[in-house]
Amino acid sequence: MSVLVIAEHDNTDLKKATLNTVTAAGKIGGDIHVLVAGSNCGAAAQAAAKVPGVSKVLVADAPHYDHELAENMAPLVVGLASGYSHILTPATTMCKNFLPRVAALLDVAQISDIIAVESADTFVRPIYAGNIFVTVQSKDPVKVVTVRTTAFDAAATEGGSASVEAVAPTAEAGLSGYVSQELTKSERPELASAPIVVSGGRALGGYDKFHEVLEPLADKLRAAIGATRAAVDAGYAPNDYQIGQTGKVIAPKLYIGIGLSGAIQHLAGMKDSKVIVAINKDEEAPIFQVADYGLVADLFNAVPELTKAL
Amino acid sequence: MKVLIAVKRVVDYNVNVRPKTDGTGPDIANVKMSMNPFDEVAVEEAVRLQEAGKATEVVVVSMGVSACQDSIRTALAMGADRGILVETDSELQPLAVAKLLKAIVDKEKPQVVLVGKQAIDDDSNQTGQMLAAILGWGQGTFISKLEVGDGQVTVVREVDGGLETDTVKLPAVITVDLRLNEPRFVKLPNIMKAKKKPLEVVKPADLGVDIAPRLAYSNFREPPKRKAGIKVASVADLVDKLKNDAKVI
Repeated sequence: MSVLVIAEHDNTDLKKATLNTVTAAGKIGGDIHVLVAGSNCGAAAQAAAKVPGVSKVLVADAPHYDHELAENMAPLVVGLASGYSHILTPATTMCKNFLPRVAALLDVAQISDIIAVESADTFVRPIYAGNIFVTVQSKDPVKVVTVRTTAFDAAATEGGSASVEAVAPTAEAGLSGYVSQELTKSERPELASAPIVVSGGRALGGYDKFHEVLEPLADKLRAAIGATRAAVDAGYAPNDYQIGQTGKVIAPKLYIGIGLSGAIQHLAGMKDSKVIVAINKDEEAPIFQVADYGLVADLFNAVPELTKAL
Repeated sequence: MKVLIAVKRVVDYNVNVRPKTDGTGPDIANVKMSMNPFDEVAVEEAVRLQEAGKATEVVVVSMGVSACQDSIRTALAMGADRGILVETDSELQPLAVAKLLKAIVDKEKPQVVLVGKQAIDDDSNQTGQMLAAILGWGQGTFISKLEVGDGQVTVVREVDGGLETDTVKLPAVITVDLRLNEPRFVKLPNIMKAKKKPLEVVKPADLGVDIAPRLAYSNFREPPKRKAGIKVASVADLVDKLKNDAKVI
């Protein structure tokens, strides 16, 4: 039995999501190999080789892997699949884009977003926006799996000494092309892995207020900023701030929800946070049912006061 | 340009779904069912392409029990031209749905297939990508903007870091995110009109597709409940609790 983990990386370093996925692979058992596909991605491959538990790193280095377009990634992974019992990726947008393509070409099912490994062929995953956990067993010869990163600790980044092996790139598919990215620039920690998250909802009332009220608090706490779908839809914050069923799933040690009601779809993305604080003037808001500490107050008074008190 | 859309009938997004007490499945007897919200966005986009003169025909497909006709009729009322129901009482998993859709695509030969990025019941986020793979087509996933050009589309995709713009050659499979558009409300006269639009019913066997599930689901259960929290009286009280009880700041 051996597991192929496909790395999420920026060509120079591994994303933390890759480290969570290596931990999930370790729970399955067997050898763990990591595929680093990218363009000038040698440094990321070296980083992967240092992760304890990884025995081999495969590097596919070619210009057409630069943005991991699904049409180019899928044939590469399919070509490598025959040696593996499992193929694992983090459940990030990059991997969710190409992995179902891999599964379909292998004619196997994909198991999305696992939160636990029960055995080599049996996993647990949330459905219905996390309202139900279900056990899933696959009888396919290769298990193709995405991993919910918040459910597994990150593997260490030092101590391993895996061999690094180049693999031949597959041909460019020529079906799609990368044009550009508009990435949100921020000095703050990454939302998906930040230890503290300050999150805002519709009650903030506008783009300016959202930032004026939340940023000083986030700065004080060195927190990432998140938002509800309603706040993103209303243009208060960019799409990559969205927490929830269809956005990011987070589990920080402290989550502070401000001016948000706590819709099922939002709770799906944050209810595994260690400590949840809710500030909302509506004491009936469902967020209070999952909050460890609830403060019924006008956010426009309470949040500046909180910022000052810290 | 012919556009094919696929819609799934799911438990309405407002319903808080619980497992059956015996753990054999979700308890969804007598709950409100609706079209998957992501698929509604796909229908709206297809209809807008038609209104803009870019789509010549919009065909809507759904799969599952006979009641899935409701979702097809909703799409027809929104403006789609005709419907196809692949009727079965058997469980359909994403790989099987992708294969059934491929059989329909082979027959209908659309230039674009538009689907929701995920269904809000099983939250798999797989079908569109799987369909693109077995068709050998390009894909644009999780999109919040679509521009149809000559022989290709330009899509803006919602990714973890922000937005990514890609081009995809036609024919292509596009999976849509919620911010692509705001689906219209269906007006009563259009519901009446939709009843007269053609709706063909086929069986998986007619399409020659093996739909046997690959995954066995069991032990549907509630996630661990969070313990009830407390209300704090003031900001000072909150800070004290976070520092001294929870010890998180």
